[in-house]
Amino acid sequence: MSLLASEMHGSLPFPILTALILIPAAGSILTLISSNRRPEITKLIALLTSVFTGALGLWMLASFKTGEAGYQFTSQHQWISSWHIGWHVGVDGISLFLVVLTGILFPLVIVGCDPHHDEKRYLAWILLLEAGVMGSFLSLDLFLFFLFFEIVLVPMYFLIGGWGYDQRIYAATKFFLYTMVGSAFMLVGIVTTALLAKKDLGHVSFDLVEIAEGANFAASTGRWLFFAFAIAFAVKVPLFPLHTWLPDAHTQAPTGGSVILAGVLLKLGTYGLLRFGVYLFPEAALWSRQIFLTLAVIGIIWGAVAATMQKDLKRLVAYSSVAHLGFIVLGTFAFTAEAMGGGVMQMINHGVSTGALFLLVGMIYERRHTRLISELKGLQKVAPIFAAAFMVVMLSSIGVPGLNGFVGEFLVLIGSFATARWWVVVAATGVILAALYLLWAYQRVFHGEPDEANSTFRELRLREGLVLLPFIGLIIFCGVYPKPMLDRIEPSVKAILVRVEEKTGYVAPEPVVLTTEGEEG
Amino acid sequence: MLDLIWLIPALPLAGFILILLFGRLLGEPKSGILAALMVAGSFAVTVGVFFELLSKTTEERHHVLKAFSWVPIGSLHVDLAFLADPLSITMALFVTGIGSLIHLYAIGYMHGDPKFSKFFLYLNLFVFSMLMLVMGENLLVTFLGWEGVGTCSYFLISFWHTRESAATAGKKAFVTNRVGDWGVMMAMFLAFGATGTLSYAGINHAAESGALSAVTATGIAMMLFIGACGKSAQLPLYIWLPDAMEGPTPVSALIHAATMVTAGVFLMTRISPVLSIAYSWAPTIIAVVGVATALFAATIAVAQTDIKKVLAYSTVSQLGFMFLAIGSGAYVAAIFHMVTHAFFKALLFLGSGSVIHGMHHEQDMRKMGALRILMPITAITFIVGWLAIAGVPPFAGFWSKDEILLFAFAKSPILYVVGMITALLTAYYMTRQVIMVFFGEARWKDQSEEHGAHGDFKPHESPKVMLAPLVVLAGLSIVGGALQLPFNHNTKFLEKWLAPVTEFGEKNISGTWADNNKYILLAVAVVVALTGIAVSYLVYSKKKFAAIEPNVMAQGWFYDKSISNFMGGPGRKAFDGITWADRTIVDGAVNGVGKLVQGAGGFLRKGQTGAVRSYAAAVGLGVVALLVWFFVRGVVL
Repeated sequence: MSLLASEMHGSLPFPILTALILIPAAGSILTLISSNRRPEITKLIALLTSVFTGALGLWMLASFKTGEAGYQFTSQHQWISSWHIGWHVGVDGISLFLVVLTGILFPLVIVGCDPHHDEKRYLAWILLLEAGVMGSFLSLDLFLFFLFFEIVLVPMYFLIGGWGYDQRIYAATKFFLYTMVGSAFMLVGIVTTALLAKKDLGHVSFDLVEIAEGANFAASTGRWLFFAFAIAFAVKVPLFPLHTWLPDAHTQAPTGGSVILAGVLLKLGTYGLLRFGVYLFPEAALWSRQIFLTLAVIGIIWGAVAATMQKDLKRLVAYSSVAHLGFIVLGTFAFTAEAMGGGVMQMINHGVSTGALFLLVGMIYERRHTRLISELKGLQKVAPIFAAAFMVVMLSSIGVPGLNGFVGEFLVLIGSFATARWWVVVAATGVILAALYLLWAYQRVFHGEPDEANSTFRELRLREGLVLLPFIGLIIFCGVYPKPMLDRIEPSVKAILVRVEEKTGYVAPEPVVLTTEGEEG
Repeated sequence: MLDLIWLIPALPLAGFILILLFGRLLGEPKSGILAALMVAGSFAVTVGVFFELLSKTTEERHHVLKAFSWVPIGSLHVDLAFLADPLSITMALFVTGIGSLIHLYAIGYMHGDPKFSKFFLYLNLFVFSMLMLVMGENLLVTFLGWEGVGTCSYFLISFWHTRESAATAGKKAFVTNRVGDWGVMMAMFLAFGATGTLSYAGINHAAESGALSAVTATGIAMMLFIGACGKSAQLPLYIWLPDAMEGPTPVSALIHAATMVTAGVFLMTRISPVLSIAYSWAPTIIAVVGVATALFAATIAVAQTDIKKVLAYSTVSQLGFMFLAIGSGAYVAAIFHMVTHAFFKALLFLGSGSVIHGMHHEQDMRKMGALRILMPITAITFIVGWLAIAGVPPFAGFWSKDEILLFAFAKSPILYVVGMITALLTAYYMTRQVIMVFFGEARWKDQSEEHGAHGDFKPHESPKVMLAPLVVLAGLSIVGGALQLPFNHNTKFLEKWLAPVTEFGEKNISGTWADNNKYILLAVAVVVALTGIAVSYLVYSKKKFAAIEPNVMAQGWFYDKSISNFMGGPGRKAFDGITWADRTIVDGAVNGVGKLVQGAGGFLRKGQTGAVRSYAAAVGLGVVALLVWFFVRGVVL
């Protein structure tokens, strides 16, 4: 058999996406074999690897061609050619910023979060996790995607179980088993999809692009396959009522784990729903949209209500994630360009603001060794800069316009209004609840007169400030000027919609054009 | 000049950024002066823009400046753009004008506060947000400002955050406003769905040209009105405003009297063409809510003992008048009253702040009295404000309130009568306040022991930096009515100036009984105001009658308390219920399945280690092995 390979790196001279996956993987092995006696070198290796990966991600962003819907920088190499399984990676407007965010997040986690023990193994797992996440976002081959999707589980399991808090084993086990059950469905779905594709393609194929372009599934078959995928992703998102692993995992995970979990891991679910659900099985996705819309909206309200009553700050943020992720699913299944694009943007926004929230809660824990809201009081008086940083991140999470959180949420809601009006009416009340649970928590933690235990709370340190700065920068930049992001997201989202329209006869709502005599200046 | 309108919001923003970076370095009073200068600069630009617009013909008084494309995706294209037209410039004029006076005043009032710089940081950010709100070219930019002022209001109400009540009040303001914001968002979704744009020009044009259906117009208008009820403290969402008095007094004057709380009135005026093509019950609801709020708040103000609480309820009441105007199709009158109210209410709040300052942070009017001797300038200016709000001619409030009541009469005599009763109560409770604070016996003398720490307790007049703004505002409260005098067309400057914005929606009442007999109505208004003052004088100064201040009124008809009780009782129980269900039912099911599998697997367990850890490791190793295998295969083949 001949080697079927193609490299389309665009302007770049080497397969940058493959590098984005392999460099952290190599870094992981390097940290593991580095000398035990020189922990600072181990840390340096890990840091350099992740910074280099992040820089590569930014380079890719800079070289990304705006306005193109298709995959860029693709590499394709056949492995098991008889099954058409290949190393096929590529990036488009939907995965672009997820990859960039992954690249930015990991070095910040390595600098900003201290594992306290077994640093070497911790760093090795973190870097392996990065490789897995990168691979998941970049894979254009079902089998490859599944591999990376599963790889991600392993380091995360060990990170929670090894560096987590008192109930870490329970949380890690739950996380692992829950996700594995979902993945089992997906594995069946993937294999069946590949086998059924033979009918149209003439050969078994795991290649996403090939299947999407060439294979046609009967409606009923498509629906079964779609649900096999969707269950795995719904657990990962997590979509109500499959969300209860998340508060446990978040609460028990070390800070770094929580930041990564909220920042990028959950997006594997929403990204998967879009890429392997809606894109691959448009008919089934459209057919089942009301189920997803309803679960998403229940999740928005349910998560927010549960967040309000939490006593543990980390659990509160975890439940707020359930609510925020509901907005993304809502946008995905509204089938309009605004909502879907808003959903993709919300993936990034949630990663940035909730990632930062977990960092801040981690910093509180480092100082006070508690996450209980009732143990904290009056921190704004003793640590005003820390409080200000928390405030900015919190306002982003609440969705105050001018900060990033608003743009995504607003686009999801305004875009969904055309196709899912009543869901939006309910979902928008989640915005009220978000203000309630976060401001109430803020008041109890930061306002008031600090008692004795809290009066020595340490102000933000330089290192911590430097770690938070990129987050706050992104929060403000994406809120004030989201256009560069939207410009890159839009074509790919529209391509998915066009595909849905072609496959199903669905017509996305047309823009209303009223003659306004050019009054819009 | 018109292309410089971006400077109007940019200057306070620059002030915010400078104080953010150098606030600690600048310290007191430099950061205050910087902040005040920024707002004054923005006032100067606004004045320039005003005169340039004035020199143009009516049709040309509409200038859009696009800064950049803000949220473009799909068919949604929202620009960060500013609109300079008579309405936005009127708003910007009094926001920056009164804003600079209050900044100046605050330099004196906040003297010695350890967070002096931070106060001005927030204040500049507020002015910036407020200007975005009024100068936005579309609903989304306005919403940016709308939420921005809400956020700053939250910061400033809970400015003294170590005090539990201040922190709670700030949170309450934000959350209550968010309820209204839900309405604003719905309005935006409806407007975008129906017109494909969020720009005011587009939406209003759709309304004027008939492209917008009445049902959608009603939806948009009513949803915006929900937002307005939140921001402008109308029933049923007014509850946050009285509590907002926890903030420093300059904040109460600037945000919770003169500017932010009028945003709802502004917004309804901005979309007046939409409201005017809505079903006729829509404006009626607005008028009824307005006049009901006005009366309701006035009855509460009658029994308050806190100097600021009286003014707070009075603000709610006066805002009710403005919504009465909106609902009656009197947009010009609404804006007119908004402007005069900004003058005299800012004056009254700053005056009360001067009193509080002079009384060493005492706010209870029962412990005041006879302060006119020790605080003459504060007293005189406060009295001007009192006459203006009470509706005594020729002070500003008389003219604007009269104009509203004229339109209300044309809509329905019932609205007029309720409005008049409210006006009577207004004159009554404001007279009560003036007597309790500035006249009668000096009740603070027996309080001197409480203030032992200060040595000899004696109220004092405030410094010049605080008095100057009072004098300016007093002047404006006297002459402000000249903006719009009811005599003939030529004396109605505001009506002509605002015509491009309000023309379409403004109700024509000429020829109605009310308009034909407007001098009779004027006379009635004067009699009512004087009656209110006279009765109050007899009750509180001459003590001829016992004061009627039942507890139920002092407690605001237990409305706020009922809501708190509901939220703390059934509301909290419901939240607890969901949280319980999440833990016990949803998660319980998950763990139940886990246990079931564990039980069933017990049989197969013998050969297994049972440790998920090793399973995970096995999976990990397997995955790595597979990868290696693929690579090897890929390379070999």
